[in-house]
Order: sequence, then C-alpha cells, then structure tokens
Amino acid sequence: MDIERRNNVTVAGNPRGRTVVLAHGFGCDQNMWRLTVPALARDHRVVLFDYVGSGRSDPSAFSEERYGSLEGYARDVVEVCEALDLRDAVFVGHSVSAMTGVLAADAAPERIGALVMVAPSPRYVDDEGYRGGFSREDIDELLASLESNYLGWSSATAPMIMGNPERPELGEELTNSFCATDPDMARVFARTTFLSDSRDDLKKVTVPTLVLECAQDVVAPREVGAFVHRAIPGSTLVTLDATGHCPHLSAPEATNEAITGFLAGLR
Amino acid sequence: MMCRTGRESGPYGADHENREEAPAAAFAALLEDSAEELYENAPCGYLSTLMDGTVAKVNATLLDWLGLERGAVVGRMRFTDLLTVGGRLYHETHFAPLLRMRGEIGGIALEMKRSDGGRMPVLVSSVVKRGDGGDPLLIRTTVFDARDRRAYEEELLLARRTAEQARRQAEADRARLQEALAVLQRSLLPDVLPTIPGLETAAHYRTASPDRLGGDFYDVFPLDGKRWAFFLGDVCGKGPEAAAVTSLTRYTLRTAALHDPDPTAVLTTLNKVLHERYTAGDPRYCTVVFGIVEPDGETGRADVRLASGGHPPALVLRADGHVGRLPTPGGLLVGILPTAPFAVATTTLDPGDTLLLHTDGLTEARTGRDRTTLYGDEALLAFAADHAGEPPDALIKALSRLLDGFGDGLDDDTALLALGVPARPAPGSTTKNTA
Repeated sequence: MDIERRNNVTVAGNPRGRTVVLAHGFGCDQNMWRLTVPALARDHRVVLFDYVGSGRSDPSAFSEERYGSLEGYARDVVEVCEALDLRDAVFVGHSVSAMTGVLAADAAPERIGALVMVAPSPRYVDDEGYRGGFSREDIDELLASLESNYLGWSSATAPMIMGNPERPELGEELTNSFCATDPDMARVFARTTFLSDSRDDLKKVTVPTLVLECAQDVVAPREVGAFVHRAIPGSTLVTLDATGHCPHLSAPEATNEAITGFLAGLR
Repeated sequence: MMCRTGRESGPYGADHENREEAPAAAFAALLEDSAEELYENAPCGYLSTLMDGTVAKVNATLLDWLGLERGAVVGRMRFTDLLTVGGRLYHETHFAPLLRMRGEIGGIALEMKRSDGGRMPVLVSSVVKRGDGGDPLLIRTTVFDARDRRAYEEELLLARRTAEQARRQAEADRARLQEALAVLQRSLLPDVLPTIPGLETAAHYRTASPDRLGGDFYDVFPLDGKRWAFFLGDVCGKGPEAAAVTSLTRYTLRTAALHDPDPTAVLTTLNKVLHERYTAGDPRYCTVVFGIVEPDGETGRADVRLASGGHPPALVLRADGHVGRLPTPGGLLVGILPTAPFAVATTTLDPGDTLLLHTDGLTEARTGRDRTTLYGDEALLAFAADHAGEPPDALIKALSRLLDGFGDGLDDDTALLALGVPARPAPGSTTKNTA
C-alpha cells in the first residue's frame, strides 16, 4: 500500500535538518499546522500527514475496527515513519495526537526520539481522583453536535472535498475543506478520542518530552497538563498565555517559540 | 420582494389618498429606528468578542433568549461559556480553527445554555474584524434562533437513521437468503463424485442466477461392488418449487435404484411418484437420463445401459474421434402421465471413449452478436468431435470454457456429466468434480 498517498503525506523544510513530524488532532487536518511549518522549516525537515479518515487521506483505507482505538491511529504514525524511513524524529502531536505519539514512540522507539505534546489529554472524561473536564453525557452531546452540523454541511462541503483541479484558488479550497470529514469517520474519531483513557501509557515515555498547555483551554484544563507533566519524568511543562485548545493557531508565535526552543535543546 | 418607493399612482381609484398615509408613517418610524436600536432589538443575536473570546458587546435579543443580564456577560464571560459542553468541544475542534484559518465561518449549528438550564439551538456565523495593519482585532458573531430548524433536522436525522437501518436489514436478509439458497442448491448436487475403478468421471453445474434455485440435477452412486448408477436431468421450472421437485426426484431415483436398478424400472417408479405427488392442480415433471455403468477390469471396457424420459440424448465420444448420439426415441416426460414408456439404449465404452450427458441449458444458450440464435445440437456435436479422445475432466473443462463464452446468453441452468474409460487402463482411477 502507498502509505504516503493513504495519509496524504507532505514533506517540507530543510532536508538536512532533523525531522519533525506534525500530527493533527480530532477535528481538522494537517492544515492546522500552517502557522507552525514556516517557523520550523529553516532548520528542520517537516513531515505532515492526515490520519486516515481526516483531511485528504484515502477514505477507502478507513475501517471502524482499526480506528476505533488510538492504537489504530498510532499505527498510521508508525507506518508513515516507516514509509519515509524516519529515525529519531521529533513527534509533535496536538490534543489526542499527543497520546497517539506516546503509543507510536513505544511501538517504534528507533523512529521517534522526542515528543512535543500540544494541549494533550490522556483522558477527557472525569474519573475518580481525576478531572478530565467532561462527563460521559458531554461527549454524547458533542457527537450529537457533530451530527447536526454535518447535516447542514454535507451538500455544501461535498464538492470541496471532491476537489476541482481546474479551480485556481486551490489553496483557499484546502483551508475551506480542512474541517470537513466524512461524518461516519469523524464520529469514530470523536468516540475514540473523547472516550480514550491513555493515562497508564504516559509511564512508557522515555524520550525527552515537552508538554505545551494553554492558560485557558476549555478542552484540556490546567489540571490535565499538570497530570501529564507529573506522569512523564523529566518532561518540561510550558504554559502558553493562550486561550482555546489550538495554541498553534491562536498564539502561533509563542507556540513556535516554545517548540523551537525545545528542539534547540535536544542534542 | 416588491418595494414601493416614492409616489406612484396605483390602480386603486378612490382609495388612493388614504393609502398614501401608511407608507409615510412607516418611513417616519424607520427614521427613528436608529442603528443602535436595530442592533439591540434585531431579530437575531449579536455578539462581539475579543480574540480570546471575551464578550465585549452583546445585544438585548441574545441576552433575552439566554435569560442573562448584560453585566454578568460583558467582560466576564467568553463566547464558549455561553455554549453547551458539546457545543464548546465542537467550537474548539472545528469552529475556532476554521475561523482562525478563514477569518469567517457561517451557519454552524451549536447549542447555547439558557440561565433556566434549558438549551437553545442556534445557527452561528462569525467574522474576524481586522485593524488597518491586518491584525485581528475582534470577532463579530451573529446568532440565529434555530429551534424550528433543529426540530425539523431531527426528524430528518431520524428518518435517515430509520432508512439506513432498513437498508442494512434488507441487505442482511438478502445475504442470508442467498446463503440459504446456495446451501439448498448444493444439497441437490453431490459434493464429490465417487471413485469408480476403471472409470473416470467429471461433472459441472452452472446456475444462471445466484438468486434462483436451479432445476438441473445429476448424481453418480454405487449399486453393488460391480455396477454404478448415474443420472442427470432437468425439472421443469425454476425456484423453490422446482428445487422441491429436484430433491424429491433425486432421492426417489437413488431409492428406486437400490430396489431394482433396471433403468426402465427406476424411471417408472419416479414417474409414479412425481405424478401422484403433483397431479393435483400443479403438475410437475422432469426430463431425465438414468443409467447403469459396469466397468470390466479385465477387458478395460465399460458397459452402459440407460433409459431416458424426454431428455436430450447422451453423446458418445469415441477415442478415434467419432461422435454420435445414443438415441432413446419415444421416452416420455417423467411425471406427466400415470404410466409412461421409456426408451432404453445400450453401448460399450472402449478405452478412450467418453459418455456425455447434458441439460438443454447448453444447447439453448443464445449465441451470436444479437443473442438470438440458439447454440444447438449440431454445434455441440461438432464441439464434442473436437474433444473426442480427451478424458472426462478435460472435456468438462472445455465445455465449462464454452459456457463462459456464452456470457449473458446463458439463460438456463446447465448440468454436465461425463463418464469415460481411461485410454490406457490404469490401476485405480481418478475422479474430478469441477462443479
């Protein structure tokens, strides 16, 4: 199978630099990193991809069984690393993808040599002695919200997803469609993301790790950032003066600075 | 919409003067409807936030919908605080990134929280207002009441789910039915043909449609240590009724042969059974060839004695390339009359000779470009002549390829059975079933 096509892999930046893999979270696709890539491109080789079921990945590769667990998404990461024969790459994962990176680094330690976790959460639903920020009912509400939006979106976004090479404004089209995913696949990703519990997996992390959290994040509250930081010995926690769950979009300079600073400190 | 502007005499006759006053009053009211008044009491919610989501301005309509006081909202709440948790997650994972990317986003379905604990479905559109230098300053948001729309959407969603469920059910039912049909169909045919010392056998069965049970049948089975019985036939019709007759026919033939294997006696018994069983209202009958073969290990030959009830004659393919029919004239359809005569024929197969039985699906296949010509008995005879001397397995394979070539010209099921004496007598024998 052509993994690069399956996961819509794009490679940018400095081919002689250390490779940084940027992995999007639930909701959108690799375009989420649009403001991050320029900051990394000078010194690093930057690899972007879409998880199967997101963005411009190959929808025929999707299976509910595989992508019903984070391991399925982690396999995407490992397979992309293998396809490009990456070694000792730095994996930057947003939100649930931070945990996907943890699983991938454990499965293929020779491929991933450092982790940057952007607004990570190992568990979104509250548990005894743990505050993830959400109840099970909240998650059901999100799934309903997804559904009601796709009802309104489907006819409008379908032509954009299909693509139209004759249209010159292709770049714009990309950003227009980047949150538009097949609703059935999005539902699977949402379930997998928000019902996952990867707290025990944090123990497996042995590589240098940067935890980036936002001061005001309605998806991953501060307690969660602290939890991740505590669970990974030797990790660095940076709290960005940013609101929302996507600091790489809402506070790109601060986010880029934190990531490049961490990269510079790696041997 | 039609808009009347200025003074314009309409077709109103005497009412003309009175009608002039109403627009004038409306215009006056419009002039007093300041932009501020319009903002506050517009039929939609307005909201402006700083880039971090903090509410900077909100109109009375939205506050009224949500049951909130201005003082509790402005400068104190973020836009996401007004949303339900599900809406907030959707906002963070879709709405906010898209808005950041594009600078605007429209028609997103979200739910807002009301102070009384209720929720209000809304449609939200936002644009980013930029400063002179292009840097984002604030977000302007319009909120539309979507209660009716959401109720309608929920009905649509429900209908879609119901339809989806029905479709899946129908597909599962269809798959189950096809599987049941396939199992039933296989039960009408032998899994493998028995090994017969000094004889080679091969068979092939082709259904015209996977959805329909076929009416063709064949079998080969031992009678005593020396003799084997074989039969091949075609029940009139298709589908479950035909399959029921096929099943009855097959087991009647086998049972009758154990009592008295004489081909005429066997077909007479079958005729009685079918005639009694189906005479009431729904006559069912079949055409069939039933025979006995007795290979002689000493001579390397095999004696064949068969009877036919209305079935196309068997072909004999001689090792020397000669091909002929084994005529059984006068044999009547089985099951149609209380008593029926059956024609008997005999032959001896020498080494390299093969006996071929077939149903009319083969000879009645539609051929030619326009699919109007039938393949026919003569064409089959010529085809067989090309393959005379070949062992049964090779012959059946060749015929199978011939059937492939008919494509959609093959309307009916086709059964083929070949029995042959090996060209050079070998110890033991080989058996192949290509069905």
